[in-house]
Amino acid sequence: MRAVDALMECLKAEGVDVVFGLPGGANLPTYDAFYDAGIRHILVRHEAGGGHAAEGYAKATGKVGVSLGTSGPGATNLVTPICDAMMDSVPVVFITGQVRTELLGTDGFQEADTIGITMPIVKHSFMIQHPLELPRSIHEAFHIARTGRPGPVVVDIPQDLSRADIPYEPVTDVHLPGYQPTTDGNQKQIRLAAKALANSRRPVIYAGGGVISANAGAELTELGLADNFPVTCTLMGLGGFPAPHEQWLGMLGMHGTRAANYAMDEADLIVAIGARFDDRITGKLSEFAPRAKFIHIDVDPAEISKNVPAHIPIVGDAKNILPRLTAEYRALEPDPARLEEWWSRIRVWQERHPLGYEDSKDAEIKPQYMIQALYEATKGDAIVTSDVGQHQMWTAQYFHFNQPRRWINSGGLGTMGFGLPAAMGAKVGCPDQTVVCIAGDGSVQMNMQELATCAQEGIAIKVFIMNNGYLGMVRQWQELFWDKRYSQVETGQWPDFVKVAEAYGATGMRFEDKNTLVSDMQEALATEGPVFVDVRVTREENTYPMIPAGQAARDMVG
Amino acid sequence: MGEPGTKEVLSLDELDAVAGLRTGRKHILSILVENKPGVLTRIAGLFARRGFNIDTLAVGPTDDDSVSRVTLTLDGAVHPIDQVTKQLHKLVNVLKIRDLEPEETLARELALFKISADGAGRAEVMQVCEIFRAKIVDVTKRSVICEVTGTHAKVEAFERLVRPFGLIEMARTGEIAISRGRSET
Repeated sequence: MRAVDALMECLKAEGVDVVFGLPGGANLPTYDAFYDAGIRHILVRHEAGGGHAAEGYAKATGKVGVSLGTSGPGATNLVTPICDAMMDSVPVVFITGQVRTELLGTDGFQEADTIGITMPIVKHSFMIQHPLELPRSIHEAFHIARTGRPGPVVVDIPQDLSRADIPYEPVTDVHLPGYQPTTDGNQKQIRLAAKALANSRRPVIYAGGGVISANAGAELTELGLADNFPVTCTLMGLGGFPAPHEQWLGMLGMHGTRAANYAMDEADLIVAIGARFDDRITGKLSEFAPRAKFIHIDVDPAEISKNVPAHIPIVGDAKNILPRLTAEYRALEPDPARLEEWWSRIRVWQERHPLGYEDSKDAEIKPQYMIQALYEATKGDAIVTSDVGQHQMWTAQYFHFNQPRRWINSGGLGTMGFGLPAAMGAKVGCPDQTVVCIAGDGSVQMNMQELATCAQEGIAIKVFIMNNGYLGMVRQWQELFWDKRYSQVETGQWPDFVKVAEAYGATGMRFEDKNTLVSDMQEALATEGPVFVDVRVTREENTYPMIPAGQAARDMVG
Repeated sequence: MGEPGTKEVLSLDELDAVAGLRTGRKHILSILVENKPGVLTRIAGLFARRGFNIDTLAVGPTDDDSVSRVTLTLDGAVHPIDQVTKQLHKLVNVLKIRDLEPEETLARELALFKISADGAGRAEVMQVCEIFRAKIVDVTKRSVICEVTGTHAKVEAFERLVRPFGLIEMARTGEIAISRGRSET
């Protein structure tokens, strides 16, 4: 059979039920194979939309997403989703077309060095050099994408090789001698960690996106409840511990709660689980958690002691390690009373500095209220995606995620335009769930062409644009740190999002009155098909509280 | 500390962070990699984007056709070596990394020196060569080319001594290294 037909067999063997892509010259053979392969292919309007959709699918389902593009511009359009998937450890296999082998290196039409361009931003990549390599490479790509610390894998297939006739035999094993991720945590280290926890008086559990990737939300919750441990999550870890909860401190970091950041600052022991001490968490590194010792649990050994030296490193899968840590901890029967003093300190912070904002005196919709209204309208029962900016932070603050894989956003790379296609992918993966995208009026325009895909495929996502007519987060920084010199941040009244929706075949709505917002949102959620809502909010509202960049937790403002 | 199952008290003060330290000395990393296209680019790219400086680099075959050996040296005063090796381990084509112990390692580099040597200087250059067990591999009326093999320090010393005669040009390989004794590097 043709190598591309073998590719279809490999995809089916990997359990792929849907792919997101766009055809072109170099991947014509692949698309010929899709014609009757029996795999659902969703035709996106821009490869970046397809890449982010595959990410959204992967994050919502826990399965490997698949995204396709042709050579040259098709592949370069995938660069942002590839980098995004790398930064947030999302398992996606990207399959790109490449020019015929005889044209390689000649600057042929639509030739780009895809492997070279993407090398710094992939977990691994394969350039197919012989058609017989294709099946094995595909299975190795899926294996690498999904195991260990998940991530993007690129497979680049020259057009002539994809047409070659090969004998196909199913591949049942992968052979990667240089790739053997450690998943089993070291028992001695786990015991030591349990003992350190039992002897700490001011512990904090700090969990990140690794807990979600590892499907270890329940195990994290179990550890938290093994004693009265305060728990905080990063932006990527939200939903790993059920919020709201009396042991829940809220999100930490630049726009986290004061309680979470102050607790990190005063902790004597921090248990980092699937988190990587990003600069948005630590602020000024030299003043980060100065009194704390660190237990660091991560499947990627290179994360341990990268930014913050670990005292008890444990390499492995959180799902494997956390139940053992919980069991070891319980066996020590520590006295829960030792945490009372710590909690009384935390409660003071929580009471003094709750998340809040000044509500409008008229019908104006405050952006924070918009998120609260959506939480009420959905009863919290929805997958929520977002773009990047103020709306993302407000969603993280005011929408209480009580389950893993409900909150899908671009954390590491901070990709504007991520939310709408990610919602599309999430909805395809979880058709029975309500999937909502909270977008900014700036970022939504970076991938709103995918509304056409949603309309054509009947993908019923509900997009709520938090429209303040600004690139709001940049405007906020210009206001606070650049003397209100608002340089190139005003987007104003353009475009008319209701008309945009109608042009694309979606339902357009505009909400401007806070008094009816919850019921308006309920109506939008109940409307069939894709819905695109322009929510007009207060124009110059700031996201608080905030650790100014490069400063320490105790310097929080707002 | 950390005995299984005991309730013995552990003071958090006893815990030390050990990783991320700078050793302050030169490190020789011997890296076995799959002999596949692009592997060297992946290693070089990793060093570039993580801001690690390679001092020397040598790549060559091993006794196994499918495996190549990359030997590179870097400065442990500048880089946390454990972070370098952990990042290298993440490359799928990297099979094995050894951070070679200086006392248990044989390291050699090869260098070619083109030195101006006319008249009186020539005899002195030949004397230096003899001391360093360097070979003269090319002679003209006004120059010689010397081949020197040895440790990095020996080659450096040779360079210092011949430079005053007029060093026209020089080419050096990076160090290659192998562990002493019976066991594999």
